[in-house]
Amino acid sequence: MNKKKLLGTPYFIWSTLFILIPLGIVFYYGLTDESGAFTLNNVMAISSPGHAKSLWISLGLSLVSTLICLFLAYPLAMILCSGDHSLQTGFLSSKSNAAHKNIIVLIFILPMWMNFLLRTLAWQTLLEKTGVINNILAFLHLPALKIINTPYAIILGMVYNFLPFMVLPVYNSLIKIDPNVIHAARDLGANEFQVFTKITLPLTTPGIISGITMVFIPALTTFLISKLLGGGKILLIGNVIEEEFTQASNWHLGSGLSIVLMMFIIFNMVVSAVFDKDGKGGTL
Amino acid sequence: MIKNAIKRIYVAFIFIFLYAPIATLMILSFNASKTRAKWGGFTLTWYQALFLNEEIMQALFNTLLIALTASITATLIGTIACISIMNLKKYTRTIIIGITNIPMLNADIVTGISLMLLFISTGLRFGMGTILLSHITFCIPYVILNILPKMKQLNPYTYEAALDLGAGPVYGFMKVVFPEILPGILSGFLMAFTMSLDDFIITHFTKGAGADTLSTKIYTEVKKGIKPEMYALSTIIFLTVLLLLLLVNKSPSNTKNTTQ
Repeated sequence: MNKKKLLGTPYFIWSTLFILIPLGIVFYYGLTDESGAFTLNNVMAISSPGHAKSLWISLGLSLVSTLICLFLAYPLAMILCSGDHSLQTGFLSSKSNAAHKNIIVLIFILPMWMNFLLRTLAWQTLLEKTGVINNILAFLHLPALKIINTPYAIILGMVYNFLPFMVLPVYNSLIKIDPNVIHAARDLGANEFQVFTKITLPLTTPGIISGITMVFIPALTTFLISKLLGGGKILLIGNVIEEEFTQASNWHLGSGLSIVLMMFIIFNMVVSAVFDKDGKGGTL
Repeated sequence: MIKNAIKRIYVAFIFIFLYAPIATLMILSFNASKTRAKWGGFTLTWYQALFLNEEIMQALFNTLLIALTASITATLIGTIACISIMNLKKYTRTIIIGITNIPMLNADIVTGISLMLLFISTGLRFGMGTILLSHITFCIPYVILNILPKMKQLNPYTYEAALDLGAGPVYGFMKVVFPEILPGILSGFLMAFTMSLDDFIITHFTKGAGADTLSTKIYTEVKKGIKPEMYALSTIIFLTVLLLLLLVNKSPSNTKNTTQ
């Protein structure tokens, strides 16, 4: 038994060196000033008007994006699942069902093989004043879409990039529902709406929660999407932190703002833990 | 009927949304005009130019080298760690899994700067080495979280039976446990490889001057204007992966047809 425990040593050393210590350094820089004395100024800097504005915009845009992702992904996952359940009721082997599931997962993973930056840049091409979409709209004599370099374009970029992270966990929790539970509810007189609110929704809550986390956190902290689609005019909190490290080289301030960001992440984790008591949400 | 039609339209809408930018990039790779805004006629010039562009080829080589090395190393460390995690007491196990979750749940930008600060304070030279260390770090959690569920489903008695029947611990593991957790190992490896390939943020903070992956190369090109060769390269990568996946999925879909 002890030998087996020892097998984990390389990983335990690795995670201490490259996960825990680096985080410790961020906290060290965030909570000290140039002379090395303890200070809370770097963390409190979030309340300065410029930083606070960035934080509010980031929170607003990522919340809206997360909600849009949820409302797009849930019906989609249900549609994809209903196809699967009809397969299950037939006399198909579970193997073909697994293959079907694989294909669905692949459809959403596949775009990731096209570089993230290029995909986002492609939206620039599509959305530009004389871009593809506006050419089509002009051809149909419809008014032009002027959303490039606005917050709307950033929301679109967030939804586009993070939608798969919502679809997959919701789909995974939907597919695990035993169809007999739903049949039983219908036999006992529940209508479609009641089946949804009393059975489907509660059973997929863990999936929804992990989907929200997986969309909200990267959306809150992105600096690329705002740079590429926001035209550099809209500064998200991620942009502020990135600039502190790459251009301004004020590591103390950058680390301090990172600590604020991590507090939001921890808050999100606590909320998820409350909703997902059994820890069934998992990630994928 | 109408309900089914609405469902199909909805799925098609999402599909177009996901793949429209990819189609755009593919079309741009055949565009004779150098700007993205205009269509200048069909050409294959960029595909020729791509293989002559040493910078892009170097970045591609770096990207593949890092993704392969990082995902293989992460799979090895992660798999071995899983065996040990399963044998830990519940309390320690929770702590270890909690630590494993940090790089996944934390923002990439924070992981990136924390590693950058670590490398600066240890005086490591920024370059391929630092990128590799960072990639292994954020790849391991994907491996572990893919294998652990498979480990939990294992029947512990089969391994014990193998030992009772005279198998050594290594032989028993390879014959009894390994085949059962292999799907988890493979999906963990694939996910780690994909994440490493697609990563920009963490690489951005941990790369040195001169050591570029495709993502960081594209990022520096954004300001100057993307070279159309990049579109050609992405198209090739995308189509290769698509082809591979279709081939891999071909065998199960064949059995599906026969059972029907």
